[in-house]
Amino acid sequence: MALGDLSSSSTSELHVLAVDDSIVDRKVIERLLRISACKVTTVESGTRALQYLGLDGDKGSSGLKDLKVNLIVTDYSMPGLTGYELLKKIKESSAFREIPVVIMSSENIQPRIEQCMTEGAEDFLLKPVKLADVKRLKELIMRGGEAEQEKTSNLISSPKRILQNNIFFFFIIFFIITIIVIFIV
Amino acid sequence: MNTVVAQLQRQFQDYLVSLYQQGFLDNQFTELRKLQDEGTPDFVAEVVSLFFDDCSKLINSMSRSLERPENVDFKQVDSGVHQLKGSSSSVGARRVKNVCISFKECCDVQNREGCLRCLQQVDYEYKMLKTKLQDLFNLEQQIVQAGGAIPQVNIN
Repeated sequence: MALGDLSSSSTSELHVLAVDDSIVDRKVIERLLRISACKVTTVESGTRALQYLGLDGDKGSSGLKDLKVNLIVTDYSMPGLTGYELLKKIKESSAFREIPVVIMSSENIQPRIEQCMTEGAEDFLLKPVKLADVKRLKELIMRGGEAEQEKTSNLISSPKRILQNNIFFFFIIFFIITIIVIFIV
Repeated sequence: MNTVVAQLQRQFQDYLVSLYQQGFLDNQFTELRKLQDEGTPDFVAEVVSLFFDDCSKLINSMSRSLERPENVDFKQVDSGVHQLKGSSSSVGARRVKNVCISFKECCDVQNREGCLRCLQQVDYEYKMLKTKLQDLFNLEQQIVQAGGAIPQVNIN
């Protein structure tokens, strides 16, 4: 399901969900992503992010989003649900664990970075975030999407290839038998 | 007409460079300017406006927390400083950010007097920056009204 979605979005724009409690940072990250040709939705907390994804247990809210989310970028230090806790919740969910999650933080704390990467974060960006960071990130995600697409197309075509190989095999046998029959006759 | 534009552009360039040289702004401000184009000519002004509103709000709440010497909520002050440091860093407000670093140190050792001094300093710095940037944006507007383009300024 997630693979199928990636294949449809690799030809169009990425839809990014950006989570940050700072209004200044939300405005900046939104612009950085828009300039990098991404669709952006910003929310101000981990709780709101879960609501948007429909992961907050309230079934009624899953209709909120009109676009599939391809990437989640979240601040680490937020009141309420931290970026790390949000990451965990997303990775625990069967519907959303395939979505890459990137953590942003103004603090370069090695154990924190390791903790996030171990939990399955795609990348860890140090704030303040720059255009070069977002461009690099986008390339990473798009390449990941293309790699998934190739994997999928390989999986789809291999049964076909096996069949083709079998047909080829039978023709060889038939041909050999024909030669033998002609030889005998 | 052309010389008027050229003069304004020169003024703009010199003023912007001076803001970097005097330490008001750092590289992140340059990064923000990169995100502005003809389609979004007010982007930087909008971001810094949000920043200054943020400053005002945070300074007020930290001031309240520091008000009574016998009952200072240092956790709240620390949270405010953290937010202020973050947003000043995001817009390239170098002096404000640097005061926040000292401010955090005062918070960590629960030095109320030190905190009050830093609070006063951060208030001064953000208001100073606000005035400086207002002058810069005015120059920008004058250039545009005179039919000129905003110069790309290289800070090295």
